[in-house]
Amino acid sequence: MFSWDLLIGALVFGLLLGCFYAAVSIGLSLSFGLLDVPHIAHPSFLVAGAYATWWLAGFGWDPILAGLFLAPVFFVLGVVMYRLYYAMFEKHGSDAGLRGLAFFFGVAFIIEVCLILVFGVDQRLVEAVYIGKSIDFTDDLRIPMRLLVAFAAALLLTIGLTLYLGKTYMGRAIKAVAQDQIALSLMGADPVKVKQWAFGIATAVTAIAGALLIIIGPVDPQLGRIYIGRTFCVVVLAGLGSMSGTLVAGLILGVAETIVLTFFGASWAPAVAFGLLLVMLGVRPQGLFGR
Amino acid sequence: MSGKMSSMGGNNRIFVGGCIAVVLAAIALMTGVRTDYVFNASYVVLQFIVLASAWNILGGYAGYVNFGTSAFFAMGGYTALFMIKMFNAPLLVQIIAAACCTGVLGLGIGLISLRLRGIFFSIATVAVAIVLETVILNTDYFGGAKGLQMMRPEPIAPFTSYDTMLFFVMVLMAISAVAISRYIEQSWIGRGLRAIKDNEEAAECVGVPTLKLKLIATVVSGALMGAAGAPLVMYMRFIEPVSAFSLNYSVSALAMPIIGGTSSWIGPVIGALLLGSVQQIVTVTISSELNVLIVGVLLVFFVVVAPDGILGLVRKLRTKNSAKGDAKGGAQ
Amino acid sequence: MSTLLSIAGVSKHFGGFTALSNVNLDVAQGERLGLIGPNGSGKTTLINCVSGALKNDAGSITFKNENLNGLAPHQRTRRGIARSFQIPRPFHSMTPVENLAVPLEYVTYRGVAHKHDIKGEAEAILRDMGLGDKMHAACAGLSQVELRKLELARAMAARPALLISDEAMAGLSHAEVDEVLAILFKLSGTGITIIMIEHIMHAIMRFSERVVCLDAGELIAEGVPTDIVKNPDVQRAYLGA
Repeated sequence: MFSWDLLIGALVFGLLLGCFYAAVSIGLSLSFGLLDVPHIAHPSFLVAGAYATWWLAGFGWDPILAGLFLAPVFFVLGVVMYRLYYAMFEKHGSDAGLRGLAFFFGVAFIIEVCLILVFGVDQRLVEAVYIGKSIDFTDDLRIPMRLLVAFAAALLLTIGLTLYLGKTYMGRAIKAVAQDQIALSLMGADPVKVKQWAFGIATAVTAIAGALLIIIGPVDPQLGRIYIGRTFCVVVLAGLGSMSGTLVAGLILGVAETIVLTFFGASWAPAVAFGLLLVMLGVRPQGLFGR
Repeated sequence: MSGKMSSMGGNNRIFVGGCIAVVLAAIALMTGVRTDYVFNASYVVLQFIVLASAWNILGGYAGYVNFGTSAFFAMGGYTALFMIKMFNAPLLVQIIAAACCTGVLGLGIGLISLRLRGIFFSIATVAVAIVLETVILNTDYFGGAKGLQMMRPEPIAPFTSYDTMLFFVMVLMAISAVAISRYIEQSWIGRGLRAIKDNEEAAECVGVPTLKLKLIATVVSGALMGAAGAPLVMYMRFIEPVSAFSLNYSVSALAMPIIGGTSSWIGPVIGALLLGSVQQIVTVTISSELNVLIVGVLLVFFVVVAPDGILGLVRKLRTKNSAKGDAKGGAQ
Repeated sequence: MSTLLSIAGVSKHFGGFTALSNVNLDVAQGERLGLIGPNGSGKTTLINCVSGALKNDAGSITFKNENLNGLAPHQRTRRGIARSFQIPRPFHSMTPVENLAVPLEYVTYRGVAHKHDIKGEAEAILRDMGLGDKMHAACAGLSQVELRKLELARAMAARPALLISDEAMAGLSHAEVDEVLAILFKLSGTGITIIMIEHIMHAIMRFSERVVCLDAGELIAEGVPTDIVKNPDVQRAYLGA
């Protein structure tokens, strides 16, 4: 049943959620969009980050603090992953297509099953002062605090990473490595080291995003599958490697999803991101902001 | 790695010998020693031979990775359900209809994403799997999330039970899938697909119609997967989206060829026999989660350590043996 | 002599960057044409437009009096345009003979009901190119010069009327450059039109009947080799005065 109140509510929710989607996708925008690594396992790292946050929250940690603490751990994990990927595939070039994809698919699958074996298939959630409360604007429009906290953190994360890539020396080197490796090596930087660093950053950011994931709502090991669609949809929609595009694309997905959710029911929600992704691939694969 | 012509004789013998062995084993199973467990396990392994061979036509020969085998498989099952509900169609018609529908599905995904880099095709297959599952979940006609129960009709003449009939159909399907994948490998299509896998731009420049070949491969591969899914309804007497779209089909269909070896038709067969049997044993004796973990670990292990699969390992051993005494090593 | 390839008013942009602007060039049947220009001048973009890997934004490319616009690369190969790649792109899972079998099957003997002796023909071409002893070797074991020869051999297996050789000699030793040059001369002797893109000036000077120079996407000079090296525009483009 259409009503303006519902629509406005959906829009507000969508924008808040969209910012969160940008935050969970920005790591992928870096690893896949800029570095061209077929990182299908990105959503699994996200869910792993959420579970690590849950585990730390068990000791009374605040989820966001836990996420920040996990970031350096995930950074190292990301560096190791990239080193492995580089040594196994990228160094030899040619066959990285099939093998690289199968590798990350396998890794994603292993993470998911390990999470099931360790934590079981039940949903997990965390507690914090801002979870469970809401701010009531009108009777129809109540915005949960958790969504606002996640929104603020996501916005900071996304803008922070965009600034890092645009303003710092290392950030510029990361952008350069995506465009012209030869020019970069002429500048005296080692492309492999730069990529390794960038992949570390991407994974660290994913840990924080994972903390946001469990703040937003309960998490189960199979959540990664849905987020394959959401994250790749955002990255493709944005145009590969476009950081500012990632934010806009996240907002578009967030709004689209909440509108479908509001007017057609929650059971259709999973198809929104994947449907949008398919349409995008068919119509404009270079994305909204791609060249 | 001798010339193609010389290896063809042995290749033929393996294929024909394999077919005869499978048929004999099937007859023995159907008439003699049938316990339900062995019977079901064999059915599942045969099903995986079809899925793995089908996956390999596109993934192994052309290098385009399909993550959405479950979408094709489940769509085959639901097409069969539709044919039963709508027309009360016999099994053969169900299978043909399923193959047609999933072939068209493959064509659609291919047209959208095969012009792009390989990873976009892969993502598109995941997307189609989730979108289709969501549609089925929300469609009452197909039973929605609860699923639908179906009655089996009487089996056709020579068969005394429907189980035996389904088993026989699956045997035929496995043999045809392997035959088709073998035919494609050895025909001009196979050489073109291999050129695409090695270097797509160069392939196009020496006259290979790359898009057309990739579409052919996607359609054939998709149709075979759909055909494998068609008997699902009658086999289980029940169909429900979560198990029909199970990720396990997608992972196994990809892991089996990679473990067996993607370069030849026999790789997926080896992989399916091996991994399929291990899965059946582990699921029953230990746990189904561990079974899934084993598949994942094996997949990553082979991708990293032995990218040419068991087939590649065997070949390496063979060339090492034949080159013994010859002090100089080969290439690399 | 009649015109084989005619490039008329061809332009190509990448975003705001103009890679080719209004290029006009006719290549005669049987000609040996040298295409030079500094890095980034648009040489590779131009031949990508001819071979079909890129679509030109404006202008037309005519081959044997047929407009090629809208044809995919493989369709152009079937019409008689073949190219080699600057960085060799062999089908690495195949032997050299199998590499050549691809164009033989897909172009030369396409649709021929009774397949010819493809293997024999591939071997003959490879022997001709001086790869007789590596015909059944793994591609991974080939040296740089052998890979370049394989590139040319594979292009020739499609029996082209026009061969575009994209820097087939870059990074080779003097003796190896002479070897590849000899092969190109021999091919030219059989009546094949050849466009040679090269940085090695002495090779260009020896090989070409006519040389054209691209700079910043525009044709800036055209003439016999001895005139081209004296041309002030060409010198400026190369030396960046």
